Amino acid sequence: MTKKQKKMLVRILVAAALMLILRFVPLPLSGIPMFLLWLIPYLIIGHDILRKAWKGILNRQVFDENFLMAVATLGALAIGLLKTGDYDEAVAVMLFYQIGELFQSYAVGKSRRNISELMDIRPDYANIEQDGELVRVDPDEVEIGTLITVKPGEKIPIDGIVEDGESSLNTSALTGESVPRDVRPGDEVISGCINMSGLLLIRTTKAFGESTVSKVLDLVENASSRKSRSENFIARFARYYTPVVVFSAAALALLPPLVRLVLGQAPDWGAWIYRALTFLVISCPCALVISIPLSFFAGIGGAGKAGILIKGSNYLEALANTGTVVFDKTGTLTMGVFDVVDIHHSELDRETMLEYAALAESASSHPIAVSIRKAWGKPIDMARVSKVEEIGGNGVVVEIDGKQVAAGNSRLMRHLGIEPIECHSAGTIVHMAIGSKYAGHIVISDVIKPDAVEAIAALKRTGVRSTVMLTGDGPSAAAQVAEVLGIDRVHSDLLPGDKVDKVEELLSGKKSGETLAFVGDGINDAPVLSRADLGIAMGAMGSDAAIEAADVVLMDDDPLKVSKAIRIARKCMRIVRENIVFALGVKLACLVLGALGIANMWLAVFADVGVMILAVLNAIRALFVQKL
Amino acid sequence: MKKTYKIEVDCANCANKMEDAARGTSGVKEVTVNFMTQKMIVDFAEGADAAAVMKNVLSACKKVEEDCEIYL
Repeated sequence: MTKKQKKMLVRILVAAALMLILRFVPLPLSGIPMFLLWLIPYLIIGHDILRKAWKGILNRQVFDENFLMAVATLGALAIGLLKTGDYDEAVAVMLFYQIGELFQSYAVGKSRRNISELMDIRPDYANIEQDGELVRVDPDEVEIGTLITVKPGEKIPIDGIVEDGESSLNTSALTGESVPRDVRPGDEVISGCINMSGLLLIRTTKAFGESTVSKVLDLVENASSRKSRSENFIARFARYYTPVVVFSAAALALLPPLVRLVLGQAPDWGAWIYRALTFLVISCPCALVISIPLSFFAGIGGAGKAGILIKGSNYLEALANTGTVVFDKTGTLTMGVFDVVDIHHSELDRETMLEYAALAESASSHPIAVSIRKAWGKPIDMARVSKVEEIGGNGVVVEIDGKQVAAGNSRLMRHLGIEPIECHSAGTIVHMAIGSKYAGHIVISDVIKPDAVEAIAALKRTGVRSTVMLTGDGPSAAAQVAEVLGIDRVHSDLLPGDKVDKVEELLSGKKSGETLAFVGDGINDAPVLSRADLGIAMGAMGSDAAIEAADVVLMDDDPLKVSKAIRIARKCMRIVRENIVFALGVKLACLVLGALGIANMWLAVFADVGVMILAVLNAIRALFVQKL
Repeated sequence: MKKTYKIEVDCANCANKMEDAARGTSGVKEVTVNFMTQKMIVDFAEGADAAAVMKNVLSACKKVEEDCEIYL
């Protein structure tokens, strides 16, 4: 508890004790002296509310909850003084209101700290060697290229490459993945991981501010600043709700007695004013205003713990409404690791064919090119290659030992006036032409991720209506993969630029109110990630472009996380809706009962505080996402 | 120009009120108050002097919610 909260607790206890004494100890007093005695606990518990209400009036901020409470309790005191001689209600209302406020600030403060702690992966220091001794320095001060030492049990503070030492790393704070990762010299390591077993000497490759852990923290801290529609709705609602209730209360206090006067009945002012005051007590919108952002915050926190970073409440909302999921095949459903499976229709032997292909693709970093070079497996003599011409998305034409060699898809072959032989195997086909003669083709296949089939099935179970796969592969290969995975629709033969157009086309065809999510591996698909309703980047450990462009970032590349993210979002939105309906429902019921004179002020204040406590507890449920 | 300030505010509705008050201050283009992380993110208008604007923002916020604090 903070100092402020402790002080409030003391005030509550003192006022409660005084109230009990005055209520149950028979005192030989009545009238004004009794009133003055009751005023003591009332002022102890409520003096700040009265002051704030007064200041509110001076600053023309009339309709806030302080004003409501002040008017309601002062009114109750006045009724007590003039008519009934009971003052306990006024004090009790103030007392319970303050208890509610105290609970709210305590519970919210506590859950805020809990959630922040969960996500607190910020390293406090880095160890560097100075004059033969290990000293702790602020990670901000460590320059790129410095050698840092990470002992077992410590967090890696800055991204870098292992120079010396072997260990296993716990990456769960970043990925939600509990299996440790083994590292050895030469491996890249990411800040935020915990070194579990051995001493590591790491050469930093980034500044602290640019390191993964800083980026992730920045993202998480700003996440709840992007407000969702529900939050904006509540803020607007609160703005109108209070004045409306105040005016209704005034109407309730004035109109029925006046009508009764006109009808020739006793006006019964006391009863109607009392009902109006009850109305005011019920009117504080705090349960609603507090529980909605808390639910979102808890949902984002829970998702973060599972290795799913959601960049804002608005994206959480969009995620919950996902109707279509579009996958960019490579790197999301497949490993993005290619293997040369076969060579067809070639007059050359396998080795020569691969040698030409490897030389032709020697300058490219495309995964296909990498797999060909891997299959060739020998050092490449770049001097033999000249006149490299990349034909975007289709392949390359180069000169090797003075001979023109082309490697690419069938479009490239036709472009060169060579008729390729179509292949019926699944996978990516690299056609080769040497001189102007067709030389056969290499079949390269991507490996489907082990969880991909289950991931698509899980999406269907969560209620995603349609799954789409985009790929640059040929139609037959694409269809085959789609069938294995259970994907609904496939668009094949796409160049990188076509993917944006395809997504736009899908966007215009979807149902309104539904979200179209695009899942990419963060390589080359930043434009598509930002164009879709919701961009989900996969396996983003280290890829800055993906973290920037995506709305949701999955910290590892497990496709199952997509459906998990949707389920987390759904649970959170369900809680938000529950709280809205529950809080509004109870308030409306109390308002009606109050207007009819059935609910008294006690019930009103219990309803107010009770709803708030339940709504806050319900909101915290959004944090628990492990079993989803 | 965007800047983030640490704030202290007790209730969510008060945070909303602070947001409104800050938004109405001249020199502020857009502002978000994040009750959960207790932060105020202010996007200043072109050519505004952040320090001077924040002084006004603070007094505007104090007016609507006297218990709040902005750490400048």
